Amino acid sequence: MAVVFQKSRMLTDVPFSYCPGCTHGIAHRLIAEALEELRCEGRTIGIAPVGCSVFAYKFFNCDMQQVAHGRAPAAATGIKRTHPDKVVFVYQGDGDLASIGTAEIIHAAARGENVTVIFINNAIYGMTGGQMAPTTLIGQKTTTSPAGRTIAANGNPIRVCEMLATLDGPSYIARCALSDPANVMKAKKAILKGFRNQLEGKGFSLIELLSTCPTNMGLTPVAAADYVKNDMTKVFPLGVYKDIDAEQK
Amino acid sequence: MKKLMKGNEAIAEAAIRGGCRAFFGYPITPQNEIPEYMSHRLPEVGGVFLQAESEVSAINMVYGAAGSGARVMTSSSSPGISLKQEGISYICGAELPCVIVNMVRGGPGLGGIQPAQSDYFQAVKGGGHGDYHMLVYGPSTVQEAVDLMYDAFDKADKYRLPVMILGDGMLGQIMEAVEIPPMKDPAAFAPKPWATDGTGTGKGRRIINSLYIDPDELEKVNHRLFDVYVELAKNETAYEEYKTEDAEIVLVAYGTVARIAKSAVNLLRSNGVKAGLLRPITLFPFPSAILSALADKECIKSFTAIELSMGQMVEDVRLAVNGKKPVGFYGRTGGNVMSPEDIVKFISEKEGR
Amino acid sequence: MEEKIIIAGFGGQGVLSLGQFIAYAAIADGKEVTWLPSYGPEMRGGTSNCSVVVSDEKVASPIISSPDCLIAMNKPSLYKFQGRVRKGGTILVNSSLIAEKVDRDDVRAVYLDAGALALEAGNAKTANIVVLGAYIKLSGLFSVDLVAEMIKEKFAEKPKVIPANLKALELGYHAV
Repeated sequence: MAVVFQKSRMLTDVPFSYCPGCTHGIAHRLIAEALEELRCEGRTIGIAPVGCSVFAYKFFNCDMQQVAHGRAPAAATGIKRTHPDKVVFVYQGDGDLASIGTAEIIHAAARGENVTVIFINNAIYGMTGGQMAPTTLIGQKTTTSPAGRTIAANGNPIRVCEMLATLDGPSYIARCALSDPANVMKAKKAILKGFRNQLEGKGFSLIELLSTCPTNMGLTPVAAADYVKNDMTKVFPLGVYKDIDAEQK
Repeated sequence: MKKLMKGNEAIAEAAIRGGCRAFFGYPITPQNEIPEYMSHRLPEVGGVFLQAESEVSAINMVYGAAGSGARVMTSSSSPGISLKQEGISYICGAELPCVIVNMVRGGPGLGGIQPAQSDYFQAVKGGGHGDYHMLVYGPSTVQEAVDLMYDAFDKADKYRLPVMILGDGMLGQIMEAVEIPPMKDPAAFAPKPWATDGTGTGKGRRIINSLYIDPDELEKVNHRLFDVYVELAKNETAYEEYKTEDAEIVLVAYGTVARIAKSAVNLLRSNGVKAGLLRPITLFPFPSAILSALADKECIKSFTAIELSMGQMVEDVRLAVNGKKPVGFYGRTGGNVMSPEDIVKFISEKEGR
Repeated sequence: MEEKIIIAGFGGQGVLSLGQFIAYAAIADGKEVTWLPSYGPEMRGGTSNCSVVVSDEKVASPIISSPDCLIAMNKPSLYKFQGRVRKGGTILVNSSLIAEKVDRDDVRAVYLDAGALALEAGNAKTANIVVLGAYIKLSGLFSVDLVAEMIKEKFAEKPKVIPANLKALELGYHAV
């Protein structure tokens, strides 16, 4: 019988522990496929953050480190600097990357660390139960902004891609959405590009993936995907924010 | 051949001779000569130097590099070490080997920049969250700091924990003649099959982690860590006894202060007071057994801990002596350093000798 | 034998390097030595000082409460440290910058116009070496030849300045 589809070799047999409709699973698969296609098996070190994806170390079939909240880009720097011939990727959520770890991500990007960062932005703290994130939309209700986020009380959401694209260090910065098949395929391409840049020594890349959290958004998986596509993209427009290859052309 | 070297620079060179090939740090007085030295010396031996954006990042770079098998270190001084505590706790939880230098300055807060020993509790009792310890050395001369640093990475690798060199501004800034040992051959270092060097797949993949959601699993880890500390106490406890054979008064001091106390012992003896000194070299594990044994000796009437703090190590001395003899305390703080004469005066007045 | 020396002056007067020269000479002479500087904001242009202990045995305390010798390169240093010199000790005063006399009669006070002698040696920056020359004479710790050799070694990368420094050493040595 011909095999028409199988799980990526860069994923373990451990079943994902994510909620139904959560897009972490899709993000994991895209990363695994990209690593497999680029023949990174046996030379990859991944970093799991603190947040829902804290258990990412169970799912990727490569050496993995689980690190302190927000510090993944620093740990990645330590790994890549001492193992420059290995592929290093960082997986972070919005609380991890854009709140407690802002210093680490900005400086890793500014140094142009030759690593690939996958940034999951679902505009909420998932693991801890739906609190406000640095990327929570204005008006969005969370357990710590029960009446909806306001500019007066909480300020505006942080646009990470736009901010990091102002730096000279990064080689590639893009925002994609895991909201529908077409956008998922675009995300796959962006992730491949990020890893290719690393393999070619071009330096830091970050791919932001707008993601769902049906559980804490209080939406069905389909409604959550629509929310990502219709509401989140208004605040976080999709696109490539930096690409040194395009600049050179 | 002996060479006149500044403490900080000698320690940095000893680290490299001992196999250190990566350094991540952030500037803070009085240890800046260590990163400065590393920044030009490490590239010469094919190593990595990086000035991090913060102490927090520096210790997490150490985590990443150590987890991937590198011989890596960081150095800082008190306020910076406080910032590193989160990372140190994770490093201990993930059982990673590395070396951390703390050239202690006065506190709390920004404190001062002059010598102090007020980070003793932080160094030996844990410092960050959770049940853990490091192997902590309190060298008293530049040569001893060099010798301890030279083997620190071997010890860290053997027990899979951080080794802390607890010095102070005086040790970092002083120049003394030192013998720098030869370069260790990295090829001879024991392999680290647990390290995430990127080659692991399938059943052979490695995970560096400090997260144990299952209570029984975490409890097992806690016990495993403490089994290592029992081994440490057995194998690594180090101290120096000075004129304790017939002593009536025993001073207990570590680090640079122990040198001052040693001069005080000699002054006291020339005044007819039978004084001696017990100098812990390892602060964790603390040399409790020898203190307990000394406390059993009939000739010894009392102990006095001498520290550049309000009294931290003295608590461990009291625990070890366990009420068998009185334990006094004399300390200076704020960056002030006592002279041998100050100690003699204290002993004469307070101890009635 | 144990000799405890405090050397103090303005930053930029070569106070720390003067102490280091004594330390290097001690090592070359097979003695034990510690050199401990004041550090921190003080080293940025303010006053600076260092403590040097030279001994036949391993040096215990590098902290000096009462020095055998004080080398005062400027007025504040003389006032700060003169009271701490042990009875019968020595205070070497840089009289180019200090018009005042030592305020004690139980120590040996020696006045040296280091600035003028440095100019005579051909380089105003050698005042600390003039003082070094005077110090080795007063202390009798090392031979002038040993220190001259050490100066040649330490300035090996700047051979142009060696003659003036050797001259300064000699002038200082014979001035006291």
